[in-house]
Amino acid sequence: MTNSETTHITDYRVYGWVLLALLILTTVTITVTWIDLSALTVLVALIIASVKSFIVLRHFMHLKFESRLFTVFVVMVLSIYILVISLTFFDYLLR
Amino acid sequence: MTHSYLENTGKYKGILAWLTTTDHKRIGLMYMYAMMVFFIVGVLLGELMRLELFRPGQQFYNAQTYNGIFTIHGIIMIFTVVIPGLAAVFGNFSMPIMIGAHDVAFPRLNLFSWYLFILGAAIALSSQFLGNGPPDTGWTFYAPYSTQTHTNVVAAVFGAFVLGFSSILTGLNFIVTIHRLRAPGMTFFRMPLFPWSLYATAWIQVLATPIVGITLLMVIAERWLRIGFFDPSLGGDPILYQHLFWIYSHPAVYIMILPAMGVITEIIPTFAQRRVFGYKAIALSSLAIALVGYFVWAHHMYTSGMSITARWVFSLLTFLVAVPSAIKVFNWVTTMYKGSISVKPPFLFALGFIFLFMIGGLTGLSLGSLATDIHVHDTAYVVAHFHYIIFGGVGFAFFAALHYWYPKMYGRMYNFRRANTAFGFLFVGFNLLYFPQFVIGIMGMPRRYFDYLPQFTLGQQISAVGGVVLLIGLIIMLANLFSKKGVKAPDNPWGGSTLEWTVSSPPPVENFDELPVITGEPYNYE
Repeated sequence: MTNSETTHITDYRVYGWVLLALLILTTVTITVTWIDLSALTVLVALIIASVKSFIVLRHFMHLKFESRLFTVFVVMVLSIYILVISLTFFDYLLR
Repeated sequence: MTHSYLENTGKYKGILAWLTTTDHKRIGLMYMYAMMVFFIVGVLLGELMRLELFRPGQQFYNAQTYNGIFTIHGIIMIFTVVIPGLAAVFGNFSMPIMIGAHDVAFPRLNLFSWYLFILGAAIALSSQFLGNGPPDTGWTFYAPYSTQTHTNVVAAVFGAFVLGFSSILTGLNFIVTIHRLRAPGMTFFRMPLFPWSLYATAWIQVLATPIVGITLLMVIAERWLRIGFFDPSLGGDPILYQHLFWIYSHPAVYIMILPAMGVITEIIPTFAQRRVFGYKAIALSSLAIALVGYFVWAHHMYTSGMSITARWVFSLLTFLVAVPSAIKVFNWVTTMYKGSISVKPPFLFALGFIFLFMIGGLTGLSLGSLATDIHVHDTAYVVAHFHYIIFGGVGFAFFAALHYWYPKMYGRMYNFRRANTAFGFLFVGFNLLYFPQFVIGIMGMPRRYFDYLPQFTLGQQISAVGGVVLLIGLIIMLANLFSKKGVKAPDNPWGGSTLEWTVSSPPPVENFDELPVITGEPYNYE
């Protein structure tokens, strides 16, 4: 129960790389819609979105600098959502 | 001098002092008063249904009115009473004191949650008076009907959406409060078990509620913009609605029942004057229920047309959730074993809870089991099971909590004899009302039907009588608690060992002059 008061100075170059990565991944998101991946379409879209979210969470939302507890929370929440979405699509794939 | 939280010491007086308060105890009471109004309206709507069903055929109003009444009964009872339920009222009132805090982590957000609650309820209730008449979809708003009916579904759905935000913000507030504001020395495993249950509940509120929020907006989008999410004629899938709705609404059952279980876990050791049996097992079973509860939603959908493999997988997963629930029941019973039991009204209501929750839980197994569910799906059996869990469980736990913390809330006692009489009427009335629904459900009485075949008449009439007995019990209970002032309550009338019993009755404004330092377990009666 300690307050982390440390300030972090992030190099502009890091933000530049993050921006570039997000732009590339957005291009990939649009590009894959032209490919017919049938049952894997949603899975691929979700994986790309997850990578983008991870980058945003880590750098822009300061998960990298915060207490490990927040990382545990984020991983836990994401795991639950992955399981929930998997179970839903499990029904669709086997119908 | 330290003022009680009931005295006005701030800038405003009277009602304004309450409407602008950020004191968690006052906000808890404000939730309670609002919910009582909604509850009474919900009960009266239920009695109207019982009246109509007293005989087969039309008695007092037509089928469309009946559809509207059961829909708004469900919306009021689910979204404005049992979902905020014990967490909003007793979580707000008691939890910060129990963990040794001055208030919740975000007091203003807490007040904002209450305003959202009132706003959401007002929007949902406006559906009765605006547009093309009251919604007739049932509280589940199943698509594609909810995207096509001409009744005022949008207001009801949007009201539920706003109510969801209130729930999310309360959950967020409680998670942060429990992580950051526990008294010095209070580790997680020295925390009382009611806050533990609220912690598990809060995670469900934060994680599951956004899903139903989006789903309800998708219904509105489909109605207004004709986007094909759920309607097959627009390229949608109606079963997707059921998936999304139950991904939230099944965990929502645990939002309702977990705080109820937490309250019972407080009451039993106090009235048995015995250390709670299996502290860690009860604490962790709350988390286990919250976690496993996420993965069982499709047991509501066995007859929807989803894949056969998904059906048996969800049936299997459903049985897993019975394990942590049973852990709690065994631990409550074992806590009572060899205790010095004092049968006072809160304890009676707690026993009532265990009995009724057991019936609700065990009949839930036959609904979770794929083969038997097909037989009783959408019958009165489901109505009976659900009410045993929600009214017999959450409702009786609410009454237990009210009788347990009432002396702390108001600083005065109530009449025990009248409280016991009320319990008698409520318990008998409840069983008379809902048990026959199991029987006629197995015989084939469908739920949500306005009319029925003659063979169901006796069961429906016993239920109607039960409804009247239950109503008498409610009137006696509320009159006993709120009609006249009892004698002044001592600080610790029940001999409880948790922190709320160490402060005065009613508690002072910021609970503690000096934060307590915790050095041992919460239930120390040895």
